[in-house]
Parts: sequence; C-alpha cells; structure tokens
Amino acid sequence: MSNSKFQNDLPLDIARWAQPGRLDISLRKDTDDLFEDSKMLVNIGPTHPAMHGAFRCMAKLNGETIEKSYCEFGYTHRGKEKLGENRTYHQFVVYTDRLNYCSALINNVTYAMSVERLMGIEVPERAIWIRMMCAELARVTDHLICVGINAVDLGAFSFFLYGYEQREKAYSLIEKLCGARLTTSYTRIGGLMADAPVGWEKELKEWVKETRTVVEEMDKLLTDNRIWLNRTKDVAVFNKEQCLQYSFTGPNARAAGVNVDLRRDQPCMYYDQMDFDVPIAQVGDVFDRYYVRMEEIKQSLNIIVQCADRIKPGPIWADDKRTRIPDKDVVYNTMEGLIHHFKFFMTGFNVPKGEAYTAFEAANGELGFYISSQGGPTAHRMRIRGPSFWHYQGLDPMIKGGYLADLVAALGSINVIAGELDR
Amino acid sequence: MDIRHPVPTIYGYFQEKYGAIWIEEIGKLKESFGDAIENVLMPVESPVDIPTLFIKKAKAHELLNLLKNNYHYSFLTDYTATDEMGVDTTSADAPRFNLVIHLMNLENKARIRIKVRLHEGEAFETLIPIWAGANWAEREIFDMFGIQFDGHPDLRRIIMDMRWEGHPLRKDYPLRGYQVFLTPEPLDPELLK
Repeated sequence: MSNSKFQNDLPLDIARWAQPGRLDISLRKDTDDLFEDSKMLVNIGPTHPAMHGAFRCMAKLNGETIEKSYCEFGYTHRGKEKLGENRTYHQFVVYTDRLNYCSALINNVTYAMSVERLMGIEVPERAIWIRMMCAELARVTDHLICVGINAVDLGAFSFFLYGYEQREKAYSLIEKLCGARLTTSYTRIGGLMADAPVGWEKELKEWVKETRTVVEEMDKLLTDNRIWLNRTKDVAVFNKEQCLQYSFTGPNARAAGVNVDLRRDQPCMYYDQMDFDVPIAQVGDVFDRYYVRMEEIKQSLNIIVQCADRIKPGPIWADDKRTRIPDKDVVYNTMEGLIHHFKFFMTGFNVPKGEAYTAFEAANGELGFYISSQGGPTAHRMRIRGPSFWHYQGLDPMIKGGYLADLVAALGSINVIAGELDR
Repeated sequence: MDIRHPVPTIYGYFQEKYGAIWIEEIGKLKESFGDAIENVLMPVESPVDIPTLFIKKAKAHELLNLLKNNYHYSFLTDYTATDEMGVDTTSADAPRFNLVIHLMNLENKARIRIKVRLHEGEAFETLIPIWAGANWAEREIFDMFGIQFDGHPDLRRIIMDMRWEGHPLRKDYPLRGYQVFLTPEPLDPELLK
C-alpha cells in the first residue's frame, strides 16, 4: 500500500519533459497590454459545448489573456437538500444518482453507507464486495470520461473514443446488475436492490483485462505526445497551498501533491484489505490532473480484480427488519408481509436522533453526506458535500492570467459535474 | 425476531483510531478556551460520530485559527448551516441557526465539527481570511438560509436567481415555493472591474 513508486517516479518523469528548450513556456506570455477600453468581455456558457453542462464564465480579456473572470452556476438546481428534508430515507436513494451522473454508483454507495452508520446497520460481506466493485467501476468510467472529454476539448478526438468504448461496455455491465445504465439507484439502506447475476464477476474480470490494454494504448497515444504536452504542461497550475486553501480533494488535489486518499486514510468497507497505490504528482497543472487520473484507473482496475477474486455467495441484505424490503412472495401471500411492505414505502423507517458526516473518496474527490436526524422517517438536514462545488470555486484563480483557450483545458481537467455542483 | 430493535451502540467507528487523541485535544482546548466553548458532544456518549463543539460567536475566529495552526485541523471539509426552528422547545429564546463547520486534520485524518449558534438576523464574521475557499460556502449559506456575513467581499446569491425572494432551506419556506422569471438573470459587469 505504499505510494513511494509514484512519488519517486513521477517528478523525474515530469523533469524529463520540463527541460529548458523542450517546451517554450516563455512564448506563452502575452506582453502587449491593451487599453482599458479595448478589453473585451466574453461570456462562455451556459450552453457552450466546452463547458460540460450548464456553467457560465464571464471573462474580461486583455488580448487573449484572461484578466479577470467570474463563474456562475445553478442552472440545474433541483433543491436536493430541501428534498432530503421532505422525502424518506428510502425515497432519497434515487436523488443521489443525479448528483455526479458520471459515477452514480459511488453516490448510491456513499448515501447508503451514511444512513447505515446513523442506524448502526452492518451490511453482509457479499453486499460490501459488490458495493466496492461498483464504486471502482464507477470511478473508472468517471475518469475515462474526464480524460476523454478533456482531450476532445483540446482536439484529440480518437483518444476519447478508445475510452468511450470501454465505458459503454462498463455501462452494459452495470445494466446487467441493476437494469439501468446511468441512473442506477442500485443500493438500498442495508443492502442492495438485487444480487449480482451469476458469473457477473467473471465478466467484470474480462472487462478489466480488456480495459487494461485499452488504457495502456491511451497512455501511449497521449502521455508522451508532444502536442498534448505543449497544450497541458504548466497550464492552469493550482499548487498545493492553493488546493488546501480552496478545499480541493481527490485527483485534483493529489495532482498538486496533497497526499490524501480516503480509501487509504479512512478505510471503509474492505479497502484496508486491498493492495493499491495512491498516485501523487507535484505540479498541479492540467497534465498532472490527467496523469493522476490515468494512474488511478489502473489502480481501480487492480482493486476490482482483488474484489472479484474474494467475493463469495451469500446474503445481500442486512438482517434488520427496519430497513429490509420484504420479498415479493411474502408480500403477495401473507397479510403481515403486505402491511410491512405498505408501511415501508408509505411512511418509511425511523432513524434515531443523531448526526453523522460520512465521506467517501468519490471519483472527483471527497463526497460527504452530513445527515442530521431528529428521529422520524425524514432527515432534519441533508447536506451533500460535493467535491465539484469546491473545485469550481478554484477555477477563477486557476485561469487568471492564462489564455482563453486554457480555460477549456482547465475546466475539463478539474472535471466539474453540474449535477453535483448545483444539487 | 424482535421487530423493535434497541438503539444500538453506534457512532463508535472512529473511537479506536482517534478516541484518545480527541479527548486529549479537547481537554487542552477546554483549558485554554473554556469560556468560549459552550458545549461539547463526544461520540458514543452523545449521538454524534465526531466531537462536536458549540462555540461562542465572539471567540469563533480565534478558536478556528488555533485549530488550524496549532492542532493541524487545517482542512475545511465542509461549511454549511442548519435551521433548528422548533427543535429546542425548552427555551423561547433558543438561537435559530447553527453554522456547521467540518474540519479535517491532515496529519492523522481525524475530523472535528464546530457549531456556532446564531439568532435570526445575526451576522457572522466571514472566514475568508482563514480559508479562501469559505467564500462560496458562505454565499451558499446566505442564499439558502439568509445568514449575513460581515466582511464578505461578494455576498450575492450563488445558486438561486438574484431576484429570488426568500431563502429555500429555511424550515418555513415551502417545498414547492416556485418562482418563475421570464427573462434571464442580468449580468453584473461591475464584478469584472
């Protein structure tokens, strides 16, 4: 579980590319200042293809350099935190899909885990292994989409298609699991919607094998590519100090050398038994964010294989009558079962008074649910701490002084997802 | 099987790793800051997962600075508020809002929760000098709860439209409190000056 490999290797690798004369970074500077009157205001978004959802960025340009900017969001605000106070804990599962829709399974898992902690429910072993596989599968798809779209924005379309094929196959695997591709709603409080089909782990392992080769190909295509390096090296740098000031988490923080990964540092589920590395980079530019994500895909694939090797048949529901959804044959054939079913879905189950903040390393960073309960079937306060909110806040200082075209690179590399940001 | 489960002894999942550290740190804090700390809820004995400190508004900045610089709680994980309307029925003058600040220790990854109780209409001094990232979090709290922040450079609505009336996450705001605007939100060129 050491990360020494990356800490030693990566800076050397970067040093190789940052040799003087290799990249003419000095040429990037725009030295001719314009008069105040001839500076241009540019409005990017909210429906611009490079903005990845409904974001808006107003920028004041001095020639091609961004002198000042301000970012707006909230175009897809659905009031999830308000809904969390008005829906039962079971009903809220579907709303968690629409947070980070690129990795819906991680949101499901984190939400289920947070309510289970409030109620003191222990989920059986098989359910935990499936949840871990789901989380890592979702992480891989999220990272594939992030690096892919980032490359598309900068003109490398084929790179995106390599990843997209694997992502489609991953969605087919998720479809086999729960019947939905994007909005999964797979977990339940205290268990899972359905057990994984027979042989699902084997298919997953085959997919991992395939994906490994594809990721290697993607690596060869882009990581040493001169054009890509010119376009991403030292662009939109966000250093360690800034990351800590702006509460960056996840790959974006690790790209700047913040050595935090909640899977390793606050292990939940069975992550303490897994063997994986935490890739760290040092500079914090677009390239580092890309590279850390590429390495994380490889680590996640390793974790999936380890989970698939160790999963055994068994129950997928916690033995707790409060949260266990009754089986359909019990509901249709017994009066007690029918009443139980009715009460479960109409009034929900009570969660004892208390509060907890449960965080999990989602694909983009720390996803946390702060649930404050006053007893009863609905939460008193359902706070969703999405990593994108804090990452998007860092965009303004990140792009200041850079080129307008680098805004696109920066936004793609921090992987802000509108659903999670607007909530 | 008994359907009515007794409330299990939960909230102990960080005790083994951080329990002793927390007791030591909070003991030290109480010694030096006893008058600023109104109440402390410790995990397991109270229904909280991490230590929850209720601190007085006037001393909040001093204490947060101390936690950041001397106790390694330097990472602002989350910054939000709760509306406690109608929760405390024992006193008529109970503060309505709680500001909730989650901090993380980057050395050992322990977390701690700070709460500041505020009456309606009471303002809190901004935390931007301590964490630059508190800027948008405070804007969101202002947008959702209507809590004012003194010294905030840009206290505008962040998620809702700037013409919105009311604060949606207050308990007295209706669930379906729709407001429709027929024109897009106007730009604010002053912000680019």
